[in-house]
Amino acid sequence: MLSFILRRLGTFIPTFIGVSIVSFLFIRLLPGDPILLMAGERGMSAERHAQLMVQFGFDQPLITQYWDYLTGILRGDLGISFKTKRPVWDEFFALFPATLELSLCAIVFAVVLGIPAGIIAAVKRGKWPDQVLMSTALVGYSMPIFWWALLLIILFSGMLGWTPVSGRISLMFFFPSGTGFMLIDSLRSGQAGAFASAVEHLILPTIVLGTIPLAVIARQTRSAMLEVLSEDYVRTAKAKGLGPLRVNGLHALRNALIPVITVIGLSVGTLMAGAILTETIFSWPGVGKWMVEGIGSRDYTAVQGGLLMIALIVMVVNLVVDVLYGLINPKIRR
Amino acid sequence: MPLLDVRNLCVDFRTANGLFRAVDGVDVQVNVGDVLAIVGESGSGKSVSMLALMGLLPWTATINADLLHFDGVDLASANTQQRRSIIGKDVAMIFQEPMSSLNPCFTIGFQLRETMKAHLPLSRRERQSRAIQLLEQVGLPEPERRLKAFPHQLSGGMCQRVMIAMAIACKPKLLIADEPTPALDVTIQAQILELLLDLQKDTGMALVLITHDMGVVAETAQRVSVQYAGQKVEEQGVRDLFANPHHPYTHALLAALPERATSRQLPSIPGVVPGQFDRPKGCLFSPRCTYAKDRCFQEVPVAAPPALGLARCHYPLVDGIAQREVS
Repeated sequence: MLSFILRRLGTFIPTFIGVSIVSFLFIRLLPGDPILLMAGERGMSAERHAQLMVQFGFDQPLITQYWDYLTGILRGDLGISFKTKRPVWDEFFALFPATLELSLCAIVFAVVLGIPAGIIAAVKRGKWPDQVLMSTALVGYSMPIFWWALLLIILFSGMLGWTPVSGRISLMFFFPSGTGFMLIDSLRSGQAGAFASAVEHLILPTIVLGTIPLAVIARQTRSAMLEVLSEDYVRTAKAKGLGPLRVNGLHALRNALIPVITVIGLSVGTLMAGAILTETIFSWPGVGKWMVEGIGSRDYTAVQGGLLMIALIVMVVNLVVDVLYGLINPKIRR
Repeated sequence: MPLLDVRNLCVDFRTANGLFRAVDGVDVQVNVGDVLAIVGESGSGKSVSMLALMGLLPWTATINADLLHFDGVDLASANTQQRRSIIGKDVAMIFQEPMSSLNPCFTIGFQLRETMKAHLPLSRRERQSRAIQLLEQVGLPEPERRLKAFPHQLSGGMCQRVMIAMAIACKPKLLIADEPTPALDVTIQAQILELLLDLQKDTGMALVLITHDMGVVAETAQRVSVQYAGQKVEEQGVRDLFANPHHPYTHALLAALPERATSRQLPSIPGVVPGQFDRPKGCLFSPRCTYAKDRCFQEVPVAAPPALGLARCHYPLVDGIAQREVS
């Protein structure tokens, strides 16, 4: 198992270099001069502009700039954000807990609803529960995130007034950020109603961000279960006189989980992409919103650093998924 | 009263081209301690009738029977709860492919103990010691170590032994073995059959052995039921059947045994079992029967009296000679 993990870590290196090149070039492909944007409407003299170009190293050829960037990463230095003048590393990790909290809630929401939905659809194949669940999943999958978010806001916040529209917690509450996770911090603050407020604020973003993974997981669970349900060992489980919950939920599901875990791992990438939209719509102070703002102000270091970190997270999650394969199905273990 | 009493069992499968009748009016009676062999070619419906009894057919199947009694319980009218308390406990089944019949994700011990957990009031420790005892009983060496193994770490023969251990875990009254050996090596085949017969003798359970191998039948069974195209065409004690088959199909099957061959070329039965679209009008075997007369192609035969092995034939054979008429 250890050698398997080490070998997988070995494949990280080329992927990592690839991602660093793409993130580095991507932001520079955008038209616009970061230094002029920094100056704002007042403009800037040509001398000052040239001076700043030298200061940030933009006068160097791209390859030199990339080399500086890459050696910086290896020292754990992602550079200084142009806009805030703070290290990108600190900025990222100050905002990341908000994104992580939302993403975790979304993935839990998607898994907790998606897997049972997929099992029910597979067991009741062709009957009405299957048709209802799968057409709902198709609608959910096809819904553009921003549109879905607006519909939910109109209904639940606007018309029914059940949930707040934006932010992570009501302005009534204030407490120092400890872990960065609002659910945990609000509980620890001991203020009455703080936790409930944090939960309220999470509901809509969680649903919006979790909808596409939910649909994907439900459909994948269904098709994996359908394949497994016709296997001999499922017949054996039934022949033992076991109940449907144990036959479907244990004997069949355990074998069907491999492809399901795979899509869960892959949807972490989707979540990060979705977080950018969701966070913008709900004014969620996470890395997604931060990067959108970074693109607007051509904050090269922030955007390339943020992209790199997100790519790294997706890679680690997929490594964890590979390790899980072996835990779920011992036949795959080497 | 027989332990298992099935009368006029019919199983239909819904297919894209309409209903397909896989089992057509089969009767099965098994008494306590019986060894019954059900033989027939592939597609004769021998597995399907037993799977129907166990409730293991896919949802496309419809089951109808005049009588479906096991140990005094009417399985047809029993609810799922009652059914599940019988299936796996009093009736157990082992299957053709031992390797794929065990769940690859769970250890042998887990799968073995699970059966006991579902049906027997044993503690965790008692289940563990019974599991070890069962593996010893089916002749697996180092049972304690095997309990921790996963199915892919065992050979096919070992897997089948585990399946047998699982089946006899709750001391069933009836064990159904659905072609338990063809997937295994010849030497292992003999060992598994021997094991099944030993267990049958020791525990006094009834054994239904589904097979297409007449050699296996001769070595194991007391009674033989011959199925063809979803119908039972003959049933006799094993000695009588081999000595004096009454249905031409049984006769042809026996003649096809290599040890009975008289010429250099192995005899065979021409043609194949009729499928959904080429079912003959009269006797189902008529297109392949060397004794068939005009009447055989027109009228459906009924079962002959027990003295003639219940042969479903207009002109049953006696000592290899077709009789004129069964009244």
